[in-house]
Amino acid sequence: MKFGVVVFPGSNCDYDAFHVLQNVMSQEAVFLWHKDTDLKNVDCVVLPGGFSYGDYLRSGAIARFSPIMLEIKKFAHSGGLVLGICNGFQILLEAGLLPGAMLRNKKLKFLCQHVYIRIENNRTAFTKAGKKGQVLKIPIAHFDGNYYAQPELLAELENKKQIIFRYCDEKGRITEDANVNGSMHNIAGLINNDGNVLGMMPHPERASERILGSEDGRIIFQSMINYLEKKAGPEKKKRLPVTRAKASALPPLIGTF
Amino acid sequence: MKVRILVAFKESVLDPQGQTVKNALHTLGYKKVKDVRQGKVFEIELENTDRTEAERLIPEIADRVLANPIIEKFTWEIIEV
Repeated sequence: MKFGVVVFPGSNCDYDAFHVLQNVMSQEAVFLWHKDTDLKNVDCVVLPGGFSYGDYLRSGAIARFSPIMLEIKKFAHSGGLVLGICNGFQILLEAGLLPGAMLRNKKLKFLCQHVYIRIENNRTAFTKAGKKGQVLKIPIAHFDGNYYAQPELLAELENKKQIIFRYCDEKGRITEDANVNGSMHNIAGLINNDGNVLGMMPHPERASERILGSEDGRIIFQSMINYLEKKAGPEKKKRLPVTRAKASALPPLIGTF
Repeated sequence: MKVRILVAFKESVLDPQGQTVKNALHTLGYKKVKDVRQGKVFEIELENTDRTEAERLIPEIADRVLANPIIEKFTWEIIEV
């Protein structure tokens, strides 16, 4: 399937996401420039991590006004699959594609570490390749990951099973200690009501190869691929040959900021 | 015309930065400091704008861009006509 990785000024996990999609998951991947107004016919949009627009004003607050975001909103509203990772999650919140907001981490520290998250709902396009209750080891790297929502919204997210990942300990217990950034209800990732937009603070693209200490992130990409292939029908299954040996052969960035 | 907009967390939202500043002030002996809330200040210069238009424009700008209404509130004033 064809994945579009959005590049904002300040994105810094764009190449990581591109690499995993192309070289690890054997999918077609293209970069989408923030000034573009064309989604290049992709099946799925990935908003990568980083510090779009230097995190000025609030994380993700400026990126949401990029020309590409208007197209991504249309794409999402028509059922297109959108994955926001870290800063991508923050952008989805600011853009109103996901509910709630991010506050600074409770201990006011930038957190860069491996964490454990538990799959709370595996009946989604993003988690079906995993099991409910399965514990994933995936790193986080953020300053503003302390998820906040009004009590009524939290109750709704719980009722509709929109909370997809929660911070937990190694054994899958949801504890206060495991909730490193102070998020309400230990929320690490959530989905929209229609189930086609997922935002998550942990970085699955940094946990998709054994050499990096965890391959758990592949569950998310594999789920998405399975979902898209099923939706497209058997004739559109397009797998690129595995190009691990040429992992460095990524396209150069185009455009100027 | 020049306006000043103050954006701060809503009362219902914890402000860990404000808390940290408060703790620092207590350490320095300023025991009378009861609470600290931290926010952002924007000064915006408007061209050919009268008060009526500013009253329409500024809340719109603050709501759409400067503040995130889920967690923040704003106040504003005209500081130069």
